[in-house]
Amino acid sequence: MTLIAFLILFTAVVIGYILNLRAARALRNGGATMHSLDGFHGGYAALLVLIPTFGLIILWLLFQGAVIEMIVQAGLPDDRMQGLGTGEVQLIMAEIRSIAGGRIFGDPAQWKLDAADRLITLQAVSSWLLLALTAALAAYMLYVARGRVAADFRARQGLETIVHRLMLACATTAIFVTIGIVASLLFETIRFFNMVPFWEFVLGTNWEPQIPIREGQIAAEGAFGMLPVFLGTLVIATVAMFIATPVGLLSAIYLHEFANHRVRAVVKPVLEVLAGVPTVVYGFFAILVIAPALRNIGGDLGIPVAPNTALAAGSVMGIMLIPFISSFADDALGAVPRSLRDGSLAVGATQAETMLKVLFPAAIPGIVGGILLAVSRAIGETMIVVMAAGLIAKMTINPLDSVTTVTVQIVTLLIGDTAFDSPKTLAAFALGMVLFVMTLFINIAALRIVRKYREIYD
Amino acid sequence: MTDATARGFDWASSENDANLRKRKRSQLWLQSLGIGAISIAFAMLFLLVGSLISTGYHAFTQTHLELEVTLDPDLIDADNPNSGDYRQILTDTMQVQFPDVADDRAELRKLTSILSNGAQFTIRDRVVANPDLIGETITVKVPVSDDYDQLNKGLIDPDTPEANRRLKDDEIAAFNQLNEAGVVTKPLNWALLTNADSRFPEQAGLKGAIIGSAYALLVCFLLSFPVGIGAAIYLEEFAPKNRISDLIEININNLAAVPSVVFGLLGLAVFIGWFGMPRSVPFVGGMTLALMTLPTIIIATRAAIKAVPPSIREAALGVGASKQQVVFGHVLPLAMPGILTGTIIGLAQALGETAPLLLIGMNAFITSAPETPFDSATALPTQIYIWADSPERGFVSRTSAAILVLLTFLITMNAIAIFLRHKFERKW
Repeated sequence: MTLIAFLILFTAVVIGYILNLRAARALRNGGATMHSLDGFHGGYAALLVLIPTFGLIILWLLFQGAVIEMIVQAGLPDDRMQGLGTGEVQLIMAEIRSIAGGRIFGDPAQWKLDAADRLITLQAVSSWLLLALTAALAAYMLYVARGRVAADFRARQGLETIVHRLMLACATTAIFVTIGIVASLLFETIRFFNMVPFWEFVLGTNWEPQIPIREGQIAAEGAFGMLPVFLGTLVIATVAMFIATPVGLLSAIYLHEFANHRVRAVVKPVLEVLAGVPTVVYGFFAILVIAPALRNIGGDLGIPVAPNTALAAGSVMGIMLIPFISSFADDALGAVPRSLRDGSLAVGATQAETMLKVLFPAAIPGIVGGILLAVSRAIGETMIVVMAAGLIAKMTINPLDSVTTVTVQIVTLLIGDTAFDSPKTLAAFALGMVLFVMTLFINIAALRIVRKYREIYD
Repeated sequence: MTDATARGFDWASSENDANLRKRKRSQLWLQSLGIGAISIAFAMLFLLVGSLISTGYHAFTQTHLELEVTLDPDLIDADNPNSGDYRQILTDTMQVQFPDVADDRAELRKLTSILSNGAQFTIRDRVVANPDLIGETITVKVPVSDDYDQLNKGLIDPDTPEANRRLKDDEIAAFNQLNEAGVVTKPLNWALLTNADSRFPEQAGLKGAIIGSAYALLVCFLLSFPVGIGAAIYLEEFAPKNRISDLIEININNLAAVPSVVFGLLGLAVFIGWFGMPRSVPFVGGMTLALMTLPTIIIATRAAIKAVPPSIREAALGVGASKQQVVFGHVLPLAMPGILTGTIIGLAQALGETAPLLLIGMNAFITSAPETPFDSATALPTQIYIWADSPERGFVSRTSAAILVLLTFLITMNAIAIFLRHKFERKW
């Protein structure tokens, strides 16, 4: 049905274009002096039809599901629904949906079958209504557009105004995405803080989100103190930066100052390959190769190494960040004016001295910016830690121990079908908020440093 | 020293020699440290690829048995071939292979378990497709179950003590007997690409994941490409210098650095929570990925537009073109190779992205390939995650194989991008 709606839209757009093009051409052939070329009349009509109709279809598709569910839910018998929690209501709705989809399990009650029937009817009505409305709106816009064809109609300006606004709308999506992120995180986080006190979350040292689902179930009470999770994130990020920073910087220094063209031409793309490997692959690499290797080494040395030690996840994350840091450092070194380098070499400094005492200090702001961005990546990195780090939050800074991170907790709390009404799922959004704010500040700081430094030399 | 200063610097003094040696040594040090750092990066890349290939290549073949199966009419209802006792048919087939295990039911069940659990369905599907086969004897190739597959590939060592082995001595002996009978084959494992996911490693394939990823990427492209180009043109060519433009600019730069899992939270809360879209669906996955790809495309497009020299714009303006005619008629076509390169690289990133897809539920266990972007599906990276989490031994090699498939796609996309850049890039 949706496809047919889009087909109607497409046909209407083409018809609009041809209709107005022909009309304009007829006017011109009739001896009128046209303000705009025929094509602009056609394009104007096409866009005039396209935009409102397309918007209608999209809005309809976005909201029809929610509206139909609301109607069906409102139509359920009151005596059945009294005193049910959100989760139970959602369960009933899911059952009705699956009955409507033809997957009937067991022997559902009559009122559920009725509701499923109503759901099917409403869905059919909704899609027919969509078709009818699409056709009607398209026809109306065609009529409006056709009426505007005239010798003195400024079709080019009209078309360009529409295109200009469209592009402005495209540009503002970036703002809307940010607003969307902040709003979605904020709403759920506020709901979370209605259940769990703010200070308990920020300063608590105990993280046990496994709360009892039904009454009397034997489970932990549920504790939501983010400090151990946060600490775990820092431990893994620190391990990663300990590997990535020296390796990345040294390779950038070598590539920038000592390597000849041929070496650069080989090494740079290879490092880029390292940067292009998806993180889920690094995660698998960590559990397949690095973690067992570390465990064996630990066993040989007599040091106890946890099976999912922070060292494994951290070092693999470090490998991932090497190309990131090295390319940033390479850019920063390249941005230092050549005169500084030439001056230093001319007074007799060796290449190494030039690099360490002149170029590197001059490039420090850019390099620090790059390292900060890498830290923000390390904190926000998800798949490596989900696969290779632990699940249990501990207040420890021992990298051989198993720790958990903010991103691991977000993913594990939200995997599986859970409604957004328990502190467990909402906690993920609160952690997401922490993550977002943290990375945002680091990114802003990093971009500031990089930009400020560029201004000095440009 | 005073003498030296008076007579000028003594270049030949041993002090100076030592100093120079020291300086040269430190230069050598820095150089070798640099080479060491690069070698570490290279070694890690080789270790990564090497470990994937060495574990993954096993999954590109699959041990099969080539069996003569008699489709006993007593066991299959000709009117309803779907509900035959195909398990019994397989048991009978195995009994033919092992005549000495006459009627020991437990022993027979053990022998039948050499075959994959899905083998009966392979035969069923053939019979359903062609009911005339009932009563005939046909030759079928059926996969063996995971443990025997591992044995045939040499991953289970018969010399380890029996207690530490997945397969006991008699099971290995039975398999060897089959091997001597010449019914064991190890053809290329096309099922890896043509089957959807399965609980049994020997049956599991990537079809659903590949199609799911393709749908998600298609949606991602359709959304992010036009919007990204529109935004980039506006910002580069039309935006007035004011606070709103600055705000947009800051937003795009920040979005490019927001962790991907946060986009997953956005997709979960907004698309699934507020708009009530279904979970695990490539369409929603594609929309979430589009939000992430958008900044990449905008930044690449702006760079490409900026690279078009102003003389082109001025010439077009000079002959009377409007600002938009200049942009759409001249600047954009010239910038297109750069834009496409950036877009492909952005899409390649989106293809490898896992965390947001996990959050919107594309890690479900789904045994059929999606038919439309609105059916539940997995994607390649989430499938890798699911398999990496599975305990069966056979999934280790399949995970590596799936990663190799994913990397092949990524390398192809990047190669296309590099090709485009070299072929069409102009130096002005």
